[in-house]
Amino acid sequence: MVAFLQNIIAGLETGSLYALAALGLVLIFRTSGVINFAQGEMAMFSSFIALTLFQHNMPYPVAFIGAILFAVALGYIVERVFIRPASKANLVSKMIITLGLIMIFSGLATAIFGTDSYFFRKAITADNLNAGGVIIQPNALFIIAITLLIMGILFYIIKKTMVGIAIRATAQNEKTAKLMGISVSKIYSMSWIIATVLGAIAGVLIAPTTNISTAMMMDVHLKSFIAAVLGGFGSFIGPVFGGFSIGVFDNLVGYYISLKWKTVIVYGLLILILIFKPTGLFGKSYRKKV
Amino acid sequence: MLNLEGVHAYYGYIHALKGVSLKVEEGSIVTLLGANGAGKTTILKVISGVLKASSGSVTFLDHDISKLAPEKVVSEGIVQAPEGRQIFPELTVIENLQVGAYTRRDKKNIKSSYQIVFDYFPILKERQDQLAGTLSGGEQQMLAIGRALMAKPKVLLLDEPSLGLAPLIVKDIFKIIQEINAQGTTVFLVEQNANQALAISDYAYVLETGKITVEGKASEIKEDPKVLQAYLGGH
Repeated sequence: MVAFLQNIIAGLETGSLYALAALGLVLIFRTSGVINFAQGEMAMFSSFIALTLFQHNMPYPVAFIGAILFAVALGYIVERVFIRPASKANLVSKMIITLGLIMIFSGLATAIFGTDSYFFRKAITADNLNAGGVIIQPNALFIIAITLLIMGILFYIIKKTMVGIAIRATAQNEKTAKLMGISVSKIYSMSWIIATVLGAIAGVLIAPTTNISTAMMMDVHLKSFIAAVLGGFGSFIGPVFGGFSIGVFDNLVGYYISLKWKTVIVYGLLILILIFKPTGLFGKSYRKKV
Repeated sequence: MLNLEGVHAYYGYIHALKGVSLKVEEGSIVTLLGANGAGKTTILKVISGVLKASSGSVTFLDHDISKLAPEKVVSEGIVQAPEGRQIFPELTVIENLQVGAYTRRDKKNIKSSYQIVFDYFPILKERQDQLAGTLSGGEQQMLAIGRALMAKPKVLLLDEPSLGLAPLIVKDIFKIIQEINAQGTTVFLVEQNANQALAISDYAYVLETGKITVEGKASEIKEDPKVLQAYLGGH
């Protein structure tokens, strides 16, 4: 039981980071139909900013906030400079642009920060808690809590505010959204900014586990994709669920079945789920009425 | 109020509008008739700023709106209920109406606008928390018109509101369009259903392959032998 709970907590910790990153992917996908393949690289770049600030004797929170501010600017610039000029291009072309961005960012990062891997501290360094044998890292609790908080805020915005309704309207029918007076380009810009920030947060929080390097986001980025596919690219709650379940499942299979085969088993199961539910667990296909 | 002067527009190399001029007078209902592919929807796209005219002018209340982005045209007071309803299927009815009020600055008065829309279409009030995609075709059309009304338009553009609806519902909708007009909203109606459209209109234009071929008072157009032949099924 102790080992079980231990695995659940560890799973929720990494799963929440997958969920954050997945939410970023889905946000851009839902509003503009583009899949941002460069999200991992962009998050890596933001993490390096946090590291650089920290190395220059800034306190951790400042470094964290610095990375977030950088992500705001980065998201805005990428949308404005690379994506918007191609607004008339088809979706595949736009996705190719984001593939190109991977090269730009990983090249730039190597040029600026080098190829070394750097240690980065945890957000919370307090001593571990012991709850009836289950060792709980305060940092894990912090990560889970902050993820839930961020998602709570995001869902509130999407569900309840005018901006959120505009985001959903744009996601469903961009042309009509324009006809209703919604400035669709502002919505795109905003979704890129929010998504980049979500990626950056995931990056800075995963850094203590992966170290900061140009390849740090590979695993998180890939799993966030899978989380989004599993939960369904068509919903906002799906990727969150997908992220948490992959995190937890990964840990449980690794512990109880086989560490060697866990990747195969987990993704094998995912493929199985997608065979029966191709739109993802939460993906809906609604019927059109005439 | 709304004037188009010699408007040309292209889709790529296709010359869709070949010098269209028309006028929508304040307080009137003006109908644009025409067959499929004549360019009716294109005219609405040009007015709404979705498609830019390559030449010619679009003026509203004596100023040029041909260069405005679609969202700015809405703020000017020209709002469209587009062809095929185009409601947001995964938003609730009330959220769809909220989107309609997106450009409104007088947030306090929005509540009374809901009331106005619900007075025209009581069914929308009953269904306000339902996803719009689950409404019937007629209800979706009501929602599309209601959503446009939420923006408090000076001119309401309606693109084939009768499309795909049962005759009885069409009759209702045209009656309500008349009421909306009576309350002071100018209406520019694009239709294939010539009989019903002409019955409620003051003035009408007939569009054929990108050109206005006939225009006149709706009551006269109804008697025009050419129009009768082409759009009213002859005698």
